[in-house]
Amino acid sequence: MVEFSFRVWRGDKKGGAFQEYRVPVEEGMVVLDVIHRIQATQANDLAVRWNCKAGKCGSCSAEVNGKPRLMCMARMSLFSPDEPITVAPMKTFPLIRDLVTDVSYNYEVAKQIPTFKPGPPEPDGTYRMMQEDIDRPQEFHKCIECFLCQNVCHVIRDHPDKMRAFAGPRSFVRIAALEMHPLDTHSRTELLRAKAGLGFCNITKCCTEVCPEHIHITDNAIIPLKERVVDEYYDPIARLIKMVTGKR
Amino acid sequence: MTRDKYETHDYDVIVIGAGGAGLRAAIEASAHGVRTALICKSLLGKAHTVMAEGGIAAALGNIYPEDNWRVHFRDTMRGGKMLNNWRMAQLHAQEAPARVLELEQWGALFDRTKDGRILQRDFGGHRYARLAHVGDRTGLEMIRTLQQHAVHKGIDVFMECTIFRLLKDGNRVAGAFGYWRESGRFVVFTAKAVVLATGGIGKAWKITSNSWEYTADGVTGALEAGAELIDMECQQFHPTGMVWPPSVRGILVTEGVRGDGGALKNSREERFMFNYIPEFFRAETADTEAEAERWYTDKKNNRRTPDLLPRDEVARAINAEVKAGRGSPHGGVFLDIATRRDAEYIKRRLPSMYHQFKELADVDITKEPMEVGPTAHYMNGGVRVDADTAATCVPGLFAAGEVAGGLHGANRLGGNSLSDLVVFGRRAGLYAAEYVKNFPGSLTIDAGHVETMARQCLEPFERSGTENPYTIHQDLQECMQGMVGIIRTEGELKKALGEIAVLRERTRRSKIGGNRAYNPAWHLALDLDSLLTVSEVVTRAALERRESRGAQTREDYPRMDPAFGKVNVVVRQAGGEITVSQEPLPEMPEDLKALFDGGK
Repeated sequence: MVEFSFRVWRGDKKGGAFQEYRVPVEEGMVVLDVIHRIQATQANDLAVRWNCKAGKCGSCSAEVNGKPRLMCMARMSLFSPDEPITVAPMKTFPLIRDLVTDVSYNYEVAKQIPTFKPGPPEPDGTYRMMQEDIDRPQEFHKCIECFLCQNVCHVIRDHPDKMRAFAGPRSFVRIAALEMHPLDTHSRTELLRAKAGLGFCNITKCCTEVCPEHIHITDNAIIPLKERVVDEYYDPIARLIKMVTGKR
Repeated sequence: MTRDKYETHDYDVIVIGAGGAGLRAAIEASAHGVRTALICKSLLGKAHTVMAEGGIAAALGNIYPEDNWRVHFRDTMRGGKMLNNWRMAQLHAQEAPARVLELEQWGALFDRTKDGRILQRDFGGHRYARLAHVGDRTGLEMIRTLQQHAVHKGIDVFMECTIFRLLKDGNRVAGAFGYWRESGRFVVFTAKAVVLATGGIGKAWKITSNSWEYTADGVTGALEAGAELIDMECQQFHPTGMVWPPSVRGILVTEGVRGDGGALKNSREERFMFNYIPEFFRAETADTEAEAERWYTDKKNNRRTPDLLPRDEVARAINAEVKAGRGSPHGGVFLDIATRRDAEYIKRRLPSMYHQFKELADVDITKEPMEVGPTAHYMNGGVRVDADTAATCVPGLFAAGEVAGGLHGANRLGGNSLSDLVVFGRRAGLYAAEYVKNFPGSLTIDAGHVETMARQCLEPFERSGTENPYTIHQDLQECMQGMVGIIRTEGELKKALGEIAVLRERTRRSKIGGNRAYNPAWHLALDLDSLLTVSEVVTRAALERRESRGAQTREDYPRMDPAFGKVNVVVRQAGGEITVSQEPLPEMPEDLKALFDGGK
């Protein structure tokens, strides 16, 4: 057993500070275990969100030594006991208390994405889809809504006012999943161009780097969506055809 | 008066719990035009359903056209050692295919067969490959599909809002009382109907696959409100949880590993399951490794591998191997898929298991065996409901999903939980809406009752003493793990009852520090009350059933007793006292009885 020094953010909207805890750490523990140990033995009211403790629910997002990650998947063997470990709440979202932030923005955006709308089924009432046609949207369905991508996206992180005009990487992954769903019949390109603010993303791939599910957010979701918007709204030949035929 | 003092919301139907059952119930109730609210302790989409891995059981017949609801019904009843409510098992088997297709219509993307249909995988106790799935993250697909469907249906969602207890007007349910986790402020919901979809009780045990939410508040609230509980002694221990490292002990390893070809082995590399085939399943289980191997590709001419016996059988076998000194280095057994399937196949079929072992245990499951052992997983019993309507005996109170009892009998088959959620979630929502529409009068909330609850909730701040709620919880988990675990005896069960009483006394001396805003110590102190109650309920029910059946294993009564096979153990609470009784099971009609050989 090795003793680690943890600096954990304690505080609420009004203010706060890092507080230091010395914690014994055993083999195999993750950062969330240490936080739970602090909670059980030294700071009973330490606020932290968690559910599955297995990287499946995306509740325990935080910034560990400045790096946004899931606390349940951050093995203590990654760190040296010689240096203190800092655990802070996600910076982009308003603080509620200690390590818990207000992520309601993400749920508000989700409500504005037009839902799935399938075409008619086969005569037997069921649908047919080929595995190769759903591999890509299945990648997007892996998203556990940890909101780490939203947290690191500099459009939101550095410009909190943009939250109203920019849906963020999580939402783009969701929209891409719908747009690439073989059965879906809606088009969400106007939403992407206007309300969702897809143009603000300048593909720095910060979101992709932090995704615990290793979804290729930028390459597989955002860039293809940008191409769709360009094809529809800015392709000069298509525009010419539209002007001549009068069709949109 | 209550209205002036506490934030109050008025609805026709409130659904408590937002996992698969709660979401499906809310969607259905709302679709029938009643004002519906969905209330959950966590953020939306984080409920336990998200952790379900292997799949959703439905006799779609996409791989084996021979499969149909009767076969699924029979498997479910036999898996539950015939203690199931036959009507629930029938409805479940009949309606599961439509519910799976409905999920697809709402955007779910299940893995496909070569001709573009929904692919189905093998699981324990299912005669045919029956589980629609998405790799090993089926629960995530299901909860996200339901969540995204629900948010467009005009349902009001209250997140991180914990319901403390139900409110009543006379004998009818009238709403619920709870608190916002963020602020600690109290909130009152008035409602003509309440659907409980609060899941299980796994946090009473030390080694568990369950999250912090599984603290039995739904079951306890229902019991207090006058509902009956059945089969509470049959808590399921899933045979394969992780055993190492210690901090991840109990985290689930999907049965899909065995469904996709994984085999259990002891430290002598023997496939020990061949030594544990019970008489009850002998006729349908392979007794040689050669036959078991052939079964994966030819199910018509071969019998199922004993690695895929129902969960109660496999959990007991693993327990026995470890006790006999043939366990793995960290006190489990080996689950080997590495030598049996190629790396690409494993990563494609079991991506989340690959990731989980790699990141949490430094084990590459494509190269080495996993170490696994039993983990408290699922409440087979629960609130007694009417099979067709999901109504409890309390007018206006409905229950669906894990919190409801009856469908699974003494043991649940893997894959039958996800289908349970959508089949009975829908029914609960439908009949709650119907109840509201037929409800003539109005309801009044008893202000005095609300005040009593508010006082009860604040008590932990006002107590004196130095007991730590976290320590009491750990001690309860040790007690239940040690004495009300997989193998039980009368002596230990009685001793556990004594310890639970002592723990309850200790809670009276635990004072909570800090304030009401997002204070997990306070939340735990309140949850402890439910956990202690349910621990007593499980222990007393386990004492009552003096036989071994399904998940209930009594060392002092090691056999199934036909007399106990005809009764449910029923728990009620009246005047603060818990009572336990035996009541006859509903009688199965003759045409269904004919599906079972010799009526076993």
